[in-house]
Amino acid sequence: MEVTEDPRGHAELGEPAAHAQQHPISVYLKVWALLFILSAMSYMVDYLDFQGYLRWSLIIIFMLLKAGFIVAIFMHVMWERMTLISAILMPPLVLLVLIAFMASEADHTFGTRVDYLGQPESAERIHVKDVLGEHH
Amino acid sequence: MADLSIDDSRSVQSVVRDWSDDKQTFHVPWGKAMMWIFLVSDTFIFTCFLVGYMNVRMTTTDPWPYPSEVFALTLFGQSIPLILIAIMTFILITSSGTMALAVRYAHLRDKKKIFMFMAITALFGATFVGMQAFEWTKLISEGVRPWANPFGAPQFGSIFFMVTGFHGLHVSIGVIYLLVVATKVYKGHYDRKNNYDIVEITGLYWHFVDLVWVFIFAFFYLW
Repeated sequence: MEVTEDPRGHAELGEPAAHAQQHPISVYLKVWALLFILSAMSYMVDYLDFQGYLRWSLIIIFMLLKAGFIVAIFMHVMWERMTLISAILMPPLVLLVLIAFMASEADHTFGTRVDYLGQPESAERIHVKDVLGEHH
Repeated sequence: MADLSIDDSRSVQSVVRDWSDDKQTFHVPWGKAMMWIFLVSDTFIFTCFLVGYMNVRMTTTDPWPYPSEVFALTLFGQSIPLILIAIMTFILITSSGTMALAVRYAHLRDKKKIFMFMAITALFGATFVGMQAFEWTKLISEGVRPWANPFGAPQFGSIFFMVTGFHGLHVSIGVIYLLVVATKVYKGHYDRKNNYDIVEITGLYWHFVDLVWVFIFAFFYLW
């Protein structure tokens, strides 16, 4: 059974045809499977113990792909009008400025702690088994 | 006047027209527009938390604990890294899938299926919160506190309890929200006006909770 017309007649406002029609169930199932695979892959980054830039770039790539599919398909953003899409996606862009400022600030704070407070520049990380024993 | 037979809803002109034509700007139900405004503001809150986390993690000279080991579980006599969090991630993604199906059946006005999928979604959400409670209990029993922990930088505990606590609160509220709407759907409350927008709006909230978890999973648990 397919509903082809939006009962409130949104179609006449020039919305994408896809909005008035229903998406086949397979679209959701495919995205769902994809999110599963991407989650499994990001888990494998940790399980296989990738380190350094390889680890960070893989984490970011899988994260952005997952976020993109959730927002675009599950939250229907790709079927909305540009007015709504831009109202949703543009304000969070200013957060990139916050992130950049705070990262540079944090670098400075860290340097101050090392240079003026004599705190160690690098410290040995602690393994859980050294604290709780092999079998906790 | 624009030619309505052509879909220009993605064009810059459509944005200019929507904002300037002296009537409703967003051609969606008002409840949906309001939910989106709320979600954008919630994005700012969670980003502030995650930026705060970035800041303390970059500034601390104490060693950062290994999240992979802290969140390991011993299953079948073997310690598996981060497994609890991986299972929680799969549960939340599955709940997003069932929610998407509920929204789909809302368009088809299939009340039984809407109710069923929303109830399943709520059940997955409750399971997620239960596992989070287990995780908190485990870490607290190992001595993790908001001000100190035996595995390294004390900031680890503050960030962990604040971020996962705030997210868990969102999930808990989402479960209640889902159950309320699902019950109303079942009782036929929305048949009077034949308006099932609320299911899609609830879905937006729920997918957002899943979306936030994607970022917490990447930056707090995996980084």
